[in-house]
Amino acid sequence: MSTQSAENTNILHVEHVTMQFGGVVAVNDLSLDVNEGEIVALIGPNGAGKTTAFNVITGVYEPTNGLVSFRGTPIIENHPKGKMKKLYQGDAPLSYDKSIVKTPDRITKLGIARTFQNIRLFKKMTVFENVLIARHMRSNANFLSATFRLNHAEEAANREEAMRYLEMVGLADEKDELATSLPYGKQRRLEIARALATEPTLLLLDEPAAGMNPQETLELAAFIREIKEKLHLSVFVIEHHMDLIMEISDRIYVLDFGKLIATGTPEEIQNNPRVIEAYLGVGDEDA
Amino acid sequence: MNKDKMINGIISAILLALLFGLVVLLDHTLPTTGIAMTVLQKCCIYSLVAVSMNLLNGFTGLFSLGQAGFMLLGAYTYGILTIPVDARPSVYQYFDGGIVQFSVPFWVGILAAGCVAALFAWLIGLPVLRLKSDYLAIATLGFAEILRAFCQWDKLGGLTNGSNMLRKYPSFNTLLFPFTVSVICIAVIVLLINSSYGRAFKAIRDDEVAAEAMGINLAHHKRMSFCISSFFAGIGGALLAMFQTTVQASAFKTNMTYEILLVVVIGGLGSVTGSIIATFLFYLCSEWWLRFLDSEIMIGAFKVPLLRPGFRKVVFSIVIMVIVLFARKGIMGDREFSVAAVRRWFGKHRSSGSEGKEEKA
Repeated sequence: MSTQSAENTNILHVEHVTMQFGGVVAVNDLSLDVNEGEIVALIGPNGAGKTTAFNVITGVYEPTNGLVSFRGTPIIENHPKGKMKKLYQGDAPLSYDKSIVKTPDRITKLGIARTFQNIRLFKKMTVFENVLIARHMRSNANFLSATFRLNHAEEAANREEAMRYLEMVGLADEKDELATSLPYGKQRRLEIARALATEPTLLLLDEPAAGMNPQETLELAAFIREIKEKLHLSVFVIEHHMDLIMEISDRIYVLDFGKLIATGTPEEIQNNPRVIEAYLGVGDEDA
Repeated sequence: MNKDKMINGIISAILLALLFGLVVLLDHTLPTTGIAMTVLQKCCIYSLVAVSMNLLNGFTGLFSLGQAGFMLLGAYTYGILTIPVDARPSVYQYFDGGIVQFSVPFWVGILAAGCVAALFAWLIGLPVLRLKSDYLAIATLGFAEILRAFCQWDKLGGLTNGSNMLRKYPSFNTLLFPFTVSVICIAVIVLLINSSYGRAFKAIRDDEVAAEAMGINLAHHKRMSFCISSFFAGIGGALLAMFQTTVQASAFKTNMTYEILLVVVIGGLGSVTGSIIATFLFYLCSEWWLRFLDSEIMIGAFKVPLLRPGFRKVVFSIVIMVIVLFARKGIMGDREFSVAAVRRWFGKHRSSGSEGKEEKA
């Protein structure tokens, strides 16, 4: 099924998603698509609602209105209810009235993995354990068989897998160190390794290059492309580094004050006057 | 690497065997009702309870204060099920001999104690585990108090004997029995903590949002941790009932929970061995080693000042304050005492002198 027969197999479909916090509209009527094998970017100034959009897709927030489907099946189909319904300010019809309750862990299980803008590693665990955690949900052992080590083979396989992902991001040598003792760039890589270990088909990266220098950013770009090819992933990325975005993405969505203002290929976005006005500044940012 | 592991394992096994030998020896030498025996028995029981509380508070990061309630359930379940049939009329004298007219062997009683506590934990967990931190603590504390009140309710007298005590059920007079049960239970808890479920618990403790993003079902794992912790608290309660030879609901006050919480914090949240060490230090000091402070001592004609009944508590409080001030993460922090850790520590000191004072397990 994952063989790339057509470029346009839809992986992620977001339709009329609105996320309101009281009267504040963080994401306003957002619709977008990510197709199989694509790297799609979501950009926008600070506070434009990019991370909120991620949080809706991964089930952290229940959107006020809208629908998210993953590989053709709806995973979030929301209902503005009670107070939120009265406050709803979007233009889209309130047509999504069924609540499919999917907690973030179920969505991860379906195959959407994410990293976090402000790194969220398990602080008291080693690098290796951090990746091993991601294997837990794919194991079949119940707590009794796990306690009494009846899942020996599976556990060994999981350890091997975790090690493989650590090697992939180049952290194999640091496997017994405490996660928080790693330098910043490596912590970001560890987050990616951890996300990959959940065996996703869609990877959401929330500002993966934050705090990196130009050299590291270039390496990251190469790395993202490499894992995409290797693991047959689709990647949806939020980023501020224009170099990285222009380098890797197939398509770009631009968000401003929660609203989608432009969409297109990197070239189109670079020359779009609205985007330049809202975000890129007058032509010196992309240097 | 593997050889190292084997050596560690062998040394650990030998140490454990020696410990068992020591316990058997103590059983034969110590007077059965002496203070040493009583205190050591109590230490064994409370070690188990402290470790079970640590599983919840230290490893899963759920701040729960319901431990006394689950111990109460365990103690009552054990008592109710194991009182011999011919002793029931005299125990339940105000309730026509009670409504339970059978009795089970002691080990069935102990297991049932754990199961009943776990069952109630599951029920209580349904509403309560939606709460976090302080709110969870308050709610569990409340439920523990409700359970205690229920056990004293005279409408349930046929079962719980109202506010009268349960007695005449089988108990123990050796050290070996509570020691063995505690060792087995703690071993199971340690195995669980080191399994993939234990890692999931720790992930929830470290970062709930990230844990959920890793596909860990929060509700399911929290409930599991809560039930398992309560299961062992229930077994601890059954042992306590055997130890005291009588059960009365009024003994399972919140004070008991606070005492256990104090032990867990002193030992270090997230350290099993820390909890065990702290339990022994705590009860040995408070009930035995500091006793001399309570009686007046004359050295020749000189009367040592300050010593009088109650002074023990003053000294004990100061000791605890010092520990909490100078070892904020408790005696062990989140490290473990193990043969491997000790050997690594020694190895480090031999190779690099005074560097690396920390021992990480």
